Amino acid sequence: MKAWDRVIKARRTDRPTAYKYIESLCPDFIELHGDRQFKDDAAIIGGIGTIGGISVTIIGQEKGSKTKEKVKRNFGMSNPEGYRKSLRLMKQAEKFNRPIITIVDTTGAFCGIEAEERGQGEAIARNLFEMSNLKVPIISLIIGEGGSGGALALAVSDEVWMFENAIYSILSPEGFASILYKDGSLAPQAAEEMKITAHELKNLQIIESIIEEPFDGAHDSFDIIIGPLKYQLIDKLTELSNMDTSELLENRYNRYRKF
Amino acid sequence: MKISFKKPKYIQMSSAAKIINKTEPNVPTGSWIKCTYCGQVIYKEDFNNNLFICHNCEKHYRMSAPDRLKLVVDKDSFDNMFTNLKTVNILDFKGYDAKIKGLQEKTALDEGVLTGTATINGIKVAIAVMDSRFLMGSMGHVVGEKITLITELATDESLPLVIFTASGGARMQEGIISLMQMAKTSAALKRHHDAGGLYVTVLTDPTSGGVTASFAMLGDIILSEPGAFIGFAGPRVIRDTIKQELPEGFQKAEFLLEHGFIDSIVPRVEMKHTLHKIFGLHHFI
Repeated sequence: MKAWDRVIKARRTDRPTAYKYIESLCPDFIELHGDRQFKDDAAIIGGIGTIGGISVTIIGQEKGSKTKEKVKRNFGMSNPEGYRKSLRLMKQAEKFNRPIITIVDTTGAFCGIEAEERGQGEAIARNLFEMSNLKVPIISLIIGEGGSGGALALAVSDEVWMFENAIYSILSPEGFASILYKDGSLAPQAAEEMKITAHELKNLQIIESIIEEPFDGAHDSFDIIIGPLKYQLIDKLTELSNMDTSELLENRYNRYRKF
Repeated sequence: MKISFKKPKYIQMSSAAKIINKTEPNVPTGSWIKCTYCGQVIYKEDFNNNLFICHNCEKHYRMSAPDRLKLVVDKDSFDNMFTNLKTVNILDFKGYDAKIKGLQEKTALDEGVLTGTATINGIKVAIAVMDSRFLMGSMGHVVGEKITLITELATDESLPLVIFTASGGARMQEGIISLMQMAKTSAALKRHHDAGGLYVTVLTDPTSGGVTASFAMLGDIILSEPGAFIGFAGPRVIRDTIKQELPEGFQKAEFLLEHGFIDSIVPRVEMKHTLHKIFGLHHFI
């Protein structure tokens, strides 16, 4: 399959969103709101629940399913308060020795005036800084679009798993094409060149695992995907939780150090 | 001091790193230049001697990394480190190798940042100075690696760390590898922080995109030069997103100061003295 075909699938509006995974993985999920500084960012859904009996903090970037909800969720594009909410919940997880699952699906951090006023860059940087040695296991799932720094701010982890039709990139293929080819319509070509698909990123060791999407994609096969995904998560979380903390953190440091 | 003046041009970059700004003074002919900010015609030699600042309106123009080092560190104290890293064309991007080679010849730099140790009024520091002449100071693997190495050195040797930022953001031509540099540099800084290390960032014009969203905004103390462009997203992208005009002074150092994101704006002429004072207060001698 061509990279551009993956891009189209990753962006499908009927693709399951973060919340669908959260409620399926953790049926007892309690949502927690707010950054305790300014606002509750609806582009991020975060809280606590259990998966296979393991208490976790689970945080997802939510694009929303119907039009009205998409607007409320700002199409999954966070403002600084979203990253700060995530960080608050992650630090809370560390306090209570709970592993963290993050679900990444965003075109990017929101580019607005207020976002700049409230320090969008600083919020992302702070997440990268703090996540790098949080003393609990962190697993990130890229379920759709991994839009640059806005995605990375939830993906400094022990393992990053990518859905086979998801994409993860420094910027959009359209952006890459318009700047480097001076022609935004060459986005499909850019997608090929940039190496943004799960298979290419596994080769580059950016991700550990590819989650297969049977039939036409996750929109078609959610019920087949979710069971095995849950068990893989339980397995990996157990393995990482049994690891010595200093070994866990050394591995996480090296995971990014090697690039 | 060798200075090259370019004709002003609009620089367009990715949504993560776009700025549109006139960057250098206009060079009509010979030894006279015109400030793009206030229109004052300045004698080139006076401009150079005035630390590349317009004497009329105080606009701080961009400096090369070598010039910046001369200004900030003690004479001949800079030990240029980590210069043996090779820029790799990880995406096999057409023309990238040639572009790098050309820039290396033009700037006499190996890449977009100089890193090493130096002394500032006798105090030993680990220092990194970015150079916007090198592909807009964009951060690819080598820039990220050098920043990480100097940070790790600062941690190992208990040195204060100073980083002068000047960047359009992450380097697109290296794709996802550039994105990983944001995490890598931030992780190294966290270790430096946990070891009790002092990190001072000096934000210079421009500081944007993936650099703002990583090491630039992580200083214990964040200083900036007057009028520096500092932002995450570029103004054009923001305008296109919200379909509104941007407020006066938006994304300038003064704006960030007002909104609580930097500690102090320090004029260029006072920078060395300010840094020395900060190190002294932290008991570095």
